[in-house]
Amino acid sequence: MSGDIAKHPGLNLGPGHGKDDAAAEGLMFGFWVFMMSDAILFGMVFATYLTSLSATAGGPVASQLYDLTSTFVETLLLLASSFTFGMASLAMKYRHSQRRLVAWLLVTLLLGLAFISVELHDFASMAAKGGVPTRSGFLSAFFDLVPLHGLHVAAGCLWMIALLGQLARYGVDTKAKLGIMRLALFWHFLDIIWIGIFSVVYLPGCMHAVG
Amino acid sequence: MPSGNKKVELKAQERREFLSYAWGVGLALVLTFVPFAIVKWSAMTPLAVLAFIGVFALAQIVVHFRCFLHISLRQKREDLLLLIFSALILSIMLAGTLWIMASLALRMGMT
Repeated sequence: MSGDIAKHPGLNLGPGHGKDDAAAEGLMFGFWVFMMSDAILFGMVFATYLTSLSATAGGPVASQLYDLTSTFVETLLLLASSFTFGMASLAMKYRHSQRRLVAWLLVTLLLGLAFISVELHDFASMAAKGGVPTRSGFLSAFFDLVPLHGLHVAAGCLWMIALLGQLARYGVDTKAKLGIMRLALFWHFLDIIWIGIFSVVYLPGCMHAVG
Repeated sequence: MPSGNKKVELKAQERREFLSYAWGVGLALVLTFVPFAIVKWSAMTPLAVLAFIGVFALAQIVVHFRCFLHISLRQKREDLLLLIFSALILSIMLAGTLWIMASLALRMGMT
């Protein structure tokens, strides 16, 4: 950021983008307020999960349901998608060709969709072992928390598709730039929530299988 | 149009920002791999494993904030205050919920 004070969270466009950069400040702050409130929502759902850990009601427990390898794959997919979104943000900021921007966004979208499909596969294999939301309080809390994050990722993917359409129709104009910058915040934020999910839900859940 | 000097400066800035993302991914990979490896292969006590998971998660969250969301201490005051305030509210509500619910479970003999 070359010694400048960042005007808002996320990659700042910088003075080279003139009015787009000026318009970003208020919008990005507003979106940041939304994301912090979303973080608090997630925090409370995490608290619900933690307080329901022992409420298995004789049903299947975490170590029988979770799969460490697939959690690891999901983690890598999301991390890779965060990086490719970063590359898209850079392509936009430094005015590389629109094709390069669209290519990075498409790779990010594919990684996001891959994440969702691995997660759905996880849920299906849990259900096959009797791990359905109605089985116990613990499972209700699990299916409150993890699919909530999955829904956010799905919403991010939909938003990305809409932005790609916008780019194809209108090019990289002010609205497209500001949309991509807000989606970038959202996307990186979801990756942070995922750190919480694998650290609070999956890793401790798989731990008991070993120890 | 940016002058030649400005162009060189922009190039340097782009490289710095690219490196920030690259460092972010590298660090995040290490901070992800270690706790997964500990859970899979180590024979430590559950409490020690949990402590490791917690520390690595917090470190990775800081890395993500710094490298991907570009939050630093040289931020506009309002943004930083909002982040710190949200963290405060979050920790009060999380810790409060866990405390009250655990105490309730204990008093009702539902351990």
